[in-house]
Amino acid sequence: MTNTPESPSTVVPEIGHSGHGDSGVSSSVGEILLSLRGLTKHFGPVEALRYCDLDVPAGKVTALIGDNGAGKSTLIKAISGIYSPTSGQIFWQGKEVHIDSPRAADELGISTVYQDLALCDNLDIVQNMYLGHETTRAGILNEIQMELETKRLLKDLSVFTVQSVRQLVGSLSGGQRQAIAVARAVMRDTQLVIMDEPTAALGVSQTALVLDLIKTLAKRGIAVLVISHNLNDVFEVADRIAVLHLGTLVSSGPASDYDTPSAVELITTGRSTKAMPSLSTTS
Amino acid sequence: MSTISVTPPQPDSETIEPEVGALRKRLKVLRQGDSGMVPIIIGIIVLGAYFQFRSSAFLSSGNLTNLFIQSTPYMLLGMAEIWLLLLGDIDLAVGWVTAVGAAIAVILVDVQYHWPWYFALPLAVLATTSIGALQGMVTIFFKVPSFIVTLAGSLIFEGVALYLITANNAGGSIPINGGVLHDIANVNMSPLFTWIFSLAVAGVMSFFVMTKDRNRRTSGLDSVHVVETFIKIGALIGGAVVLVFVFNANRGTFIVIEGMPYAVPVVVVILAAFSFILSKTKIGRYLYAIGGNVEGARRAGIAVNRYRLLAFAMTGMTAGIAGLVYASTLGGISSGIPGGTLVLYSVAAAVIGGTSLYGGRGKMIDAIVGGFVIGVIYNGMALIQLTASIEYIATGFVLLAAIAIDSIARRGAAAMK
Repeated sequence: MTNTPESPSTVVPEIGHSGHGDSGVSSSVGEILLSLRGLTKHFGPVEALRYCDLDVPAGKVTALIGDNGAGKSTLIKAISGIYSPTSGQIFWQGKEVHIDSPRAADELGISTVYQDLALCDNLDIVQNMYLGHETTRAGILNEIQMELETKRLLKDLSVFTVQSVRQLVGSLSGGQRQAIAVARAVMRDTQLVIMDEPTAALGVSQTALVLDLIKTLAKRGIAVLVISHNLNDVFEVADRIAVLHLGTLVSSGPASDYDTPSAVELITTGRSTKAMPSLSTTS
Repeated sequence: MSTISVTPPQPDSETIEPEVGALRKRLKVLRQGDSGMVPIIIGIIVLGAYFQFRSSAFLSSGNLTNLFIQSTPYMLLGMAEIWLLLLGDIDLAVGWVTAVGAAIAVILVDVQYHWPWYFALPLAVLATTSIGALQGMVTIFFKVPSFIVTLAGSLIFEGVALYLITANNAGGSIPINGGVLHDIANVNMSPLFTWIFSLAVAGVMSFFVMTKDRNRRTSGLDSVHVVETFIKIGALIGGAVVLVFVFNANRGTFIVIEGMPYAVPVVVVILAAFSFILSKTKIGRYLYAIGGNVEGARRAGIAVNRYRLLAFAMTGMTAGIAGLVYASTLGGISSGIPGGTLVLYSVAAAVIGGTSLYGGRGKMIDAIVGGFVIGVIYNGMALIQLTASIEYIATGFVLLAAIAIDSIARRGAAAMK
């Protein structure tokens, strides 16, 4: 399933600043929902991101991997509106956008699930799912409606391990909490879900639950962007892989182009000695 | 822990043995949640039995009525504190703010100014609400712990209260002789109105219980068995009838004294309104969310500071109402008003009833139960003629026991994960 390289930086051998304005290079499987071109973020003298180009297609799982401090979280926060890029462009469904707040990202259809999940342990599943956008009837919370909807959504996402949607979230296992956080993220017309280290704190069986959920989301046509340290998980779910090294996106392409040794080499050195069709080199 | 892709998709247990499945689920949810009320109720029964054993006058209608009236300020103070405890904050000034409210009300209705009650009382409550909001603004704007801000407030408003009380009279006390402010704690409704009020309240609550259970059943959600609904309604009406008999029994010696004191409907109305806000509106939901995980609440788009300020204002308002009732029970105000002790009792009432000091857990009914416990101890000890020192020690131990039981229960719930 090799297709034409989508990353325009293969054209330019130096630090890949390419001014391509169109993101319409669509592959045969999934329309490109999000495109980053030359995304740069400085914090004072620190260059956290340097001219990153990335395409995230719908219905596929894109894994963003890299060492600590490579800039993964910064990239995510730029997409989800927490940081404003120093320079570069973001394209959403082909049109350039400026995402200046989490609300703006939310309105575009971008949901982010952070590492700390941001769930309230003292509230139950239904209350957490609807937090901030409860349904009301004449000013009074419509509990029955919300409970029915929550049950339906969890069933749609094949999350069956939860006994009662009225359980307090604090009493759920790590994997279940992650599942609830993800379910909450896709509740409203979400087209891109970003997940920051979703399996980091989970054991084997709970990890399986979350990975299944990620695959389910992709099957529903949602674009999933996953940051992960865990190459096992990455190769389990990813359709595409993008590698960050010291703020530069050194490589991206279909997951089949990568294997563990080459991925590790890219993560640690930014270069790969393996000949790869969609590899972009950095000096 | 391997319950993931191995488990076949489990539909609602409603398709298998509906009632048993639903009951089992509810018991599990109850255990994982908080059953904090049960130990306290048992405690009240034990205490009541002990006092009745020591003095057969304890369960007399006259004494029980006194007990209710004595408890009402603590119940209201507990409710005032709960608004902030839910957020994980605290108001250490609530005792003296209550005193300020009481002072303003009493002074305005007294002979010197002689304002009508419908101006004086609301103004007093408005003043305490503003004080609450002010403490809230300082806490939020300067990003300092509410503990410190209200500690400072406690000192400031002790001064303000004492100033108000002693400013125009050297005696240091102002009595209330009549009028609405006096009547709240000292005048009773007629037996007829007592019946009407109690049955109306029980009726309305039964209606809500019935509709909620029926709606859940018809929507196909886990719900309680019809029998359980009827038991709840029966308990409500039965409880109301018992209360009416207690209040309507003649407790006077020379003249007939009967009927429910006005203080009770005041507390009931406030309890109903506040409980409604906390459990059925977005405002209440957001207060619980902020107390549970403030960062999570913020990320969900909740305007955290706005709701924190609201909670501070509500504490102030409730403290003002508590001040009115307190002044009524005392028959006036004096410079001996124990504002420092009042705040301790307000926190104790909330915690004994089951509200958590860490935020995110509690209901307004907790203050009713906790305030009642404090009233029982106070009243019972006076009845068996124990000194005030023993009463303080006993109340302190009850508070310790409540917190210990709560902590053990929570650890048990967490271990069941």
